[in-house]
Amino acid sequence: MLLAHGEGGRLMRQLLRERIVPILGISAEEDAVSVEIGANELAITTDSFVVSPLFFPGGNIGSLAVYGTVNDLSVAGADPICITLSLIIEEGLPFELFDRVLKSIAEASQECQVSVVAGDTKVVPRGAADKLFITTTGVGRYRAAARLSCHKLQTGDALIVSGPIGQHGIAVLAAREKLNLHPAPHSDSANLSLVCSALHRELGTHLRAMRDATRGGVSAVLHEWSSASGMTMKLDEHQLPVGSTTRGVCELLGLDPLYVANEGTFVAAVEPSALPQAMAVLRSFPVSAKSQVIGTVLTKMSSPVVIERLLGSLQPVDEPSGAPLPRIC
Amino acid sequence: MKYVDEFRNPQLARRLIDQIRSTVSQPWVLMDVCGGQTHSLLRNGIEAALNDCIELVHGPGCPVCVTSTEAIDFAQALARRPGFMLASFGDMLRVPGSRASLLDVRAWHGQQNDDSTCDQVGHVQIVYSPLDAVELARQNPTTQIVFFGVGFETTVPSTALAILHAEKLGLTNFSVLASHVRVLPAMEALMLNPETRVQGFLAAGHVCTITGFEAYRCFAERFQVPVVVAGFEPLDLLQAILVAVEQLEHGLTTVSNCYARSVRMTGNTRALETVERVYEVADKSWRGFGVISGGGYQIRETYRSFDAEKRFGSYRDLPITAPDMCMGADVLSGRIKPPQCSFFGKQCTTDHPLGAPMVSSEGACAAYMRYQTRDSAASVS
Repeated sequence: MLLAHGEGGRLMRQLLRERIVPILGISAEEDAVSVEIGANELAITTDSFVVSPLFFPGGNIGSLAVYGTVNDLSVAGADPICITLSLIIEEGLPFELFDRVLKSIAEASQECQVSVVAGDTKVVPRGAADKLFITTTGVGRYRAAARLSCHKLQTGDALIVSGPIGQHGIAVLAAREKLNLHPAPHSDSANLSLVCSALHRELGTHLRAMRDATRGGVSAVLHEWSSASGMTMKLDEHQLPVGSTTRGVCELLGLDPLYVANEGTFVAAVEPSALPQAMAVLRSFPVSAKSQVIGTVLTKMSSPVVIERLLGSLQPVDEPSGAPLPRIC
Repeated sequence: MKYVDEFRNPQLARRLIDQIRSTVSQPWVLMDVCGGQTHSLLRNGIEAALNDCIELVHGPGCPVCVTSTEAIDFAQALARRPGFMLASFGDMLRVPGSRASLLDVRAWHGQQNDDSTCDQVGHVQIVYSPLDAVELARQNPTTQIVFFGVGFETTVPSTALAILHAEKLGLTNFSVLASHVRVLPAMEALMLNPETRVQGFLAAGHVCTITGFEAYRCFAERFQVPVVVAGFEPLDLLQAILVAVEQLEHGLTTVSNCYARSVRMTGNTRALETVERVYEVADKSWRGFGVISGGGYQIRETYRSFDAEKRFGSYRDLPITAPDMCMGADVLSGRIKPPQCSFFGKQCTTDHPLGAPMVSSEGACAAYMRYQTRDSAASVS
């Protein structure tokens, strides 16, 4: 198993397709699934958080775990109800750090209006885990509005991103590698439930799908959507919102923000006539005030995702194949 | 973003393309020496916009690509030794050695039971600067930190500085596996090959920032080719191409500097002094090229205690256990373009690279794989 198998790109999809899906017989297309319990239908999601360092500018592993779980439910068309929390703790973790993470979990869950209803703690010997790992399960209620699915994408749909891309990955990279950048890049880690809910309720069937662009960045989302819908996702390089700090770091290290992780930014596919309405909703929330139309859904071309570059040439956007590695010079 | 956006102006780019088109009378063959330039030319669609009037072939300037298999195997062997840690730039990690990459070694992968040197998981740490490796050595006094020093003249000064810094700190657990290469001898080797088709060079702007471009004058005169120092942004490259084709059209073979915001004729003299103090020019084995006379650097005898090869055994007699199928040498010398390689996109992909040019963010094959316009004929409505 390589690190790249967990990076949200081609190898991870291969791992799902060739091993996990056939052995367990599960679907692996959406961030949350529907489970029927009696007459009720619930949305369930589960996620693990292993970020290093535990604290980084703009967030920490605790708030990240809550927001990440809530966001997975929210983009799948459900309003979050409750979460469970499993903590794997490395022997020697200072109580002070542990308390700070817990307080952050409490604050974030209050902000998202979800309750932590169950949990578990395990302590493992030093070296058997990296300080603290968190696993969550989130339960949500599907909104009354039409169900979202990447299978519903149609030719001509507009692709929107809810804010500047690549901020989380760059913030964590800079903190972990002690790049000493001034100003320090901040993660976009945030609760997306309110904006997702509003957008879904306002647009109804005109909203096709939403996905938070976590590991593998916007590129990974678009590749998954292309694979599910059989369409090509076309981006316009000029339209991609990238903050100046993220852009500077990416230019220096030779990274492409399209492949860098986000934790409070999602991609939405919207029926074109509903675009003005969608943008109005998105821009009314601080978390998505800088949302931007980044492209269009096209009928299938030979590349699943393409981008229009500087001189108008159309180029394939490769699927992420592992964590991007910084260049030499 | 200053120094970036103004050099990516699409209107100016189109104007330069028109100028180049109206200047050329025949399909001149130009070589962009540096892999960073290759990527920019493909990513920004410049090569596609000009491929019916000039031919751009891609040169050897990818430090990862020309690092010898033996050096990579030795780096892996060091990473696997108990008490050792190999510090490397990230781009080096995916490059295949004779049977595994450093990434595999780190993941305890590709190990062979019949080889006792391979039963250890390798300790490989990505660093962003050679000074980070010195810091690792300071923080881990019981671990031997070996920095994998690869790269052209651009990265040699910072490695030299790291050695001087380690000396100042009195560190005995820091060393450098020096696999640094020099670009001009490789350009000479290319021109001495009777098969070469290259008629003009876009010289590597970052290398020239360090070395200056005085030395290119003799080169241009000797081989009767124009040399234009070029940057990496679309307008830098287009301007350099225009100047090169103007020279060719007028029968001129001089050296021009189209990257003046970074490059001075004498280069960075302080950096050069630092290099001179620590390193000396040496013959070097280039992957795919063989030994190039004066093609690299070695650490001077005075600093032998920082030379990983002198301290921990040479790799030059390490057996190569797998044949190198990669046709990288033909790509890096401009004899073929990546899609003309019979393995390109078939046996050799970015996930399963046969050679370094498919891996590196400066490799020509990776550039074609990533940016080649498979849909360029399809109209976008």
